[in-house]
Amino acid sequence: MAEPTAASSAPSTVWSDLRHVALGNGLTVAALAVLALIVVLGLIGPAIAPWDPLASSASLTLKPPSLPHPFGTDALGRDILSRVIVAARLDLLMAFGAVVLSFAVGTALGAVAGYVGGAVDQIVGRVMDTIMAFPLFVLAMGIVAALGNSVGNIVIATAVINLPFYVRFARAEVNVRRDQTYVEAARMGGNGPARILIVHIVPNILPAMMVQASLNLGWAILNAAGLSFIGLGVKPPTPEWGIMVSEGASYIFSGEWWTFTFPGLALVTAVFCFNLVGDGLRDVIDPRRRT
Amino acid sequence: MKTAVTVAKRIASAVPSLVGVVVVTFLLARALPGDPAAYYAGSSATPESIASIRAHLGLDRPLVWQFVDYVWKLAHGDLGISVSSGKPVLEDLAVRLPASIELTGMALLFALLIGLPLGVLAATKPGRLVDHLCRLVVTVGAAFPTFFVALMLVFVCYYKLGIAPEPLGRLSEIYYTMPPPVTGLLSIDTLLAGDIDAFRGAIAQLVLPSISLGLFALAPIARMTRAAMLTALSSDFCRTARAMGLSSGRIVFGYALRNALLPIVNILGMVFSFLLGANVLVEQVFAWPGVGAYAVNAVIASDYAAVQGFVLMMAILYVLLNLAVDLVATAIDPRVAYDG
Amino acid sequence: MLGLAALLASAALMPVAAATPKDVLIEVGEHGPNSLDPMTPAANELSQLVAWQIYDRLITHPMKTLPDGKVIYDATKFAPELAESWDVQDDGKTLIFHLRKDATFHDGSPVTAEDVKWSFDRAIAAGGFPAIQMAAGTYTDPTVFSVVDEHTFKISLKEPNKLAIPDLAVPVPDVLNKKLALEHATKDDPWALNWTRDHDAGGGPFKVASWKSGDQIVFDRFDAWKSGPLPALKRVVYREIASPGTRRALLEKGDVDVSVGLPPKDYAELAAGGKVNVIGTLMQNEQFEVDLNVTLKPFSDKRVRQAIAYALPYEAIMSQSLYGRAEPLWGHDPAKPFEPKWPVASPYKTDLDKAKALLKEAGYADGFKTQLFIDMSQTTVQEPMALLIQESLKKLNIDVSIEKIPGSDWFAKMGSKSMPMDINYFYGWLDYPEYFFFWTYDGKNNSVFNTANYVNPDLDKLTAEARFETDPAKYEALITKMNGIVMDDVPRVPVAHLFSDIALQKNVKGYMYWFHTHLDYRFVTKE
Repeated sequence: MAEPTAASSAPSTVWSDLRHVALGNGLTVAALAVLALIVVLGLIGPAIAPWDPLASSASLTLKPPSLPHPFGTDALGRDILSRVIVAARLDLLMAFGAVVLSFAVGTALGAVAGYVGGAVDQIVGRVMDTIMAFPLFVLAMGIVAALGNSVGNIVIATAVINLPFYVRFARAEVNVRRDQTYVEAARMGGNGPARILIVHIVPNILPAMMVQASLNLGWAILNAAGLSFIGLGVKPPTPEWGIMVSEGASYIFSGEWWTFTFPGLALVTAVFCFNLVGDGLRDVIDPRRRT
Repeated sequence: MKTAVTVAKRIASAVPSLVGVVVVTFLLARALPGDPAAYYAGSSATPESIASIRAHLGLDRPLVWQFVDYVWKLAHGDLGISVSSGKPVLEDLAVRLPASIELTGMALLFALLIGLPLGVLAATKPGRLVDHLCRLVVTVGAAFPTFFVALMLVFVCYYKLGIAPEPLGRLSEIYYTMPPPVTGLLSIDTLLAGDIDAFRGAIAQLVLPSISLGLFALAPIARMTRAAMLTALSSDFCRTARAMGLSSGRIVFGYALRNALLPIVNILGMVFSFLLGANVLVEQVFAWPGVGAYAVNAVIASDYAAVQGFVLMMAILYVLLNLAVDLVATAIDPRVAYDG
Repeated sequence: MLGLAALLASAALMPVAAATPKDVLIEVGEHGPNSLDPMTPAANELSQLVAWQIYDRLITHPMKTLPDGKVIYDATKFAPELAESWDVQDDGKTLIFHLRKDATFHDGSPVTAEDVKWSFDRAIAAGGFPAIQMAAGTYTDPTVFSVVDEHTFKISLKEPNKLAIPDLAVPVPDVLNKKLALEHATKDDPWALNWTRDHDAGGGPFKVASWKSGDQIVFDRFDAWKSGPLPALKRVVYREIASPGTRRALLEKGDVDVSVGLPPKDYAELAAGGKVNVIGTLMQNEQFEVDLNVTLKPFSDKRVRQAIAYALPYEAIMSQSLYGRAEPLWGHDPAKPFEPKWPVASPYKTDLDKAKALLKEAGYADGFKTQLFIDMSQTTVQEPMALLIQESLKKLNIDVSIEKIPGSDWFAKMGSKSMPMDINYFYGWLDYPEYFFFWTYDGKNNSVFNTANYVNPDLDKLTAEARFETDPAKYEALITKMNGIVMDDVPRVPVAHLFSDIALQKNVKGYMYWFHTHLDYRFVTKE
């Protein structure tokens, strides 16, 4: 089944769509605002965090939310609010890193496979089939376990399991376009295949790919958090939402609910906003794929 | 006849990716940190005893030979022995797979029971409040990490309210007797055994993990349903039906839904396989004796035979699943014949 | 929403019975056995729990009550199990055991001296940990074991050894059903190790009713057991629950009777809550410590090691990582000699100025970079502790990165002696300081537990002497001297003497502490 593709995206319609979406769906705008806030936290978080996110305190262990510590403190007496704020940067970096990586590699591979076809297409297709044949989360687990748990490896693992979606998408889009008249025209004009791909085809498929990427960001955060939860996350004492939930989970039955609830809600908020904004973006760029 | 050819073609097309899976699994497992020989040698290990165990396990030979050995054993159905359970991996997996299948199936059922109506509802009033609400609900559902939901549900429903049974696996053997295994699915086996109490016990255990797992599947199902319904409702035959004065209920459920089933079934395959992977996190929280929890422990413990076996089994399962989805799709709509 | 409806419906499905049956005990723990027989290669610690219940040994220990009311096994005394009596002859070189005539295995066949001989031979032949444990009693050569008649078993040693008798009461010289096991032996597996991994070949008070590895093991009482008073429990279910939070909740809700392996914080809170009983017994011959690898720079310098010993945040570790479920092993008055026992408190306490001075003297005034390794399966306790250490050492400009090692790789990592710093603990089954030293400080033995890679020929000599010293005064002097050496050299910085904790419902009685730390189902009753 070939996806119906959006061929035309003239600037004027984008603007009217944008206005339509923004007016018609305040939620998306709100999500965008929250997201912007999270990004700002990611940028300047360490500067505005009220406390040192790494400083422990023997007298302040597991204190419920209070005025000086609105999110309470964890088992080592560290301020959870500060940790949640500072963690934003790492979580965003991991998600963006993974998505950018699979986006770049996936687009390149898919575009080449779709344009060149033949053996290259076959090989790329088979490799992607192989990745898809794994339960994705389990593959990510395996990669991180094998390479060692570091931020870089979590990013790589998340990028690898995402790769097939980008490759297939890019391949399908390129496949549709390579025989279209404007490409033919470029070819007649004496352009080489590399130039045709880079100048004439890829820019046209980018908007749709970007939508895919934006919808993927939330998922990438969840994936990294899941890895952290089972102990394959970043190293302590680095604050990261998934790890904080996982650490807090051990206090679930002793009533210290704030230890996992606030990092968990931060996680949920970020993913939720990413998904909403991704949806909104798609409505603008690629309205026909709205589901 | 045509179906047989289709099936054969479909299976043949899966062979290369299975070969890829075997290679990747092998390499991945070898890359896991930890030395199985040192593990077997235990706390009283000496360099000599580790070396002799390594030779015994064949780990001192070149990687290529180890691979040949691995494939040879694989061909004979030997997946090796799990270090942590002390049992053949194949046996471990066979015992645990039904638990995961049952949980995943229930989660899917939960997601369908909620996702389908939501999608249909949204499609009948596109762009209206109800549509936006449906979208909001599924987006929220998709934003919750499965493990977070699982923890919250256990905390609220078991610990605080006491309306759910203890998160202790599939069936409390203290209060119930395990039915004789027929399908391996307790919800069916208990009924076959005629033990209604045990059936209720087994279902009660399934509720929370299924919700935690299924919540994530809501979004794709509801969205695909909505899209497919929209397409179907705007198709010529629905317009015709409407023009003929058929009731909207009849149009929605009698015609549109039937035509929307095909893309839904297609996405179900994907969702099911995705859920099988996500099982890993939920099983951990509910002490579910499935393959997911087994895999997590195997990865953490560098139990490479178990990791290999699990991943391989999952990959084979995926291929079979996709095959089944293709066949169902063909059955629903004969126009969709596999063309690979 | 429909989900909620389904949930409410499930409320109606809840079983009505709240408390567990009187003669059934339900225990939950983090891990379960991976074998029913500790002899099988790579058998884990929980296999010893199983062996303790399903196998008899020749002898056992009686119990004693401590002044604080806790019940523990009496390490200095022995009681009959399979052997109803025994004679010690030739200054302890010859041991003769008279077996009970009425004892049978679970399949009904009688227990004979032939079974004992075969079982002990097998423990030596199994190699690995069982063989080493047998060697502690100087049982390295199977010819020392002989059958006198059907119910008389003899051990003839070349030299007397004070560990010879205690070593027969540990869950390694278990008595197996020889005939039954041999039916399942193969050419490659003459000792039937593959069969006993999955099958019960014992004659102990409980038999294995079912076992699902990674899930649960069910024991049923062996009603024809003769080697002691018949247990009150008819059935014991041991379930594996990975999440400690769930294990705690199950206990608090009354769904299980016993919960083991909880984080210290939970034990502390459960003890304070008073709804369930928490019994914490100081572990025997145990030390919880930070190891410093003496063969790696900069820990090869004694002053650096002492600086670390002065820089550890002991109080914070005790309150935030151990939650007081231990006794401190620091702050001994340096003017006084060490007591002749183990463990003893170190002469160090948190004193950053002293630490700084020592570092400066050693040429590390600007600090250094190092790694602190912890066992991933112990993160609940060790991770907070590692973070506290990391924070404290930062004040000395020591940059510590924390490395978590997967549980299965931990032994290999310990064996490789490549960790500059690690958090570790060790406890001895046999209650003798030199036994602890032999495993952890001895350079000649240099076992996997000597993580600090400490080699000191003088200490090795003293350890060997203490092993065979029979004069109590001389023995005590030796131990005091040995303690002085390891405290000054500090290859392992003592932190705490841990409790062996267990949480039980109020109606569960009869818990006693054993050196192996597992629950003995023989004596447990429910009111």
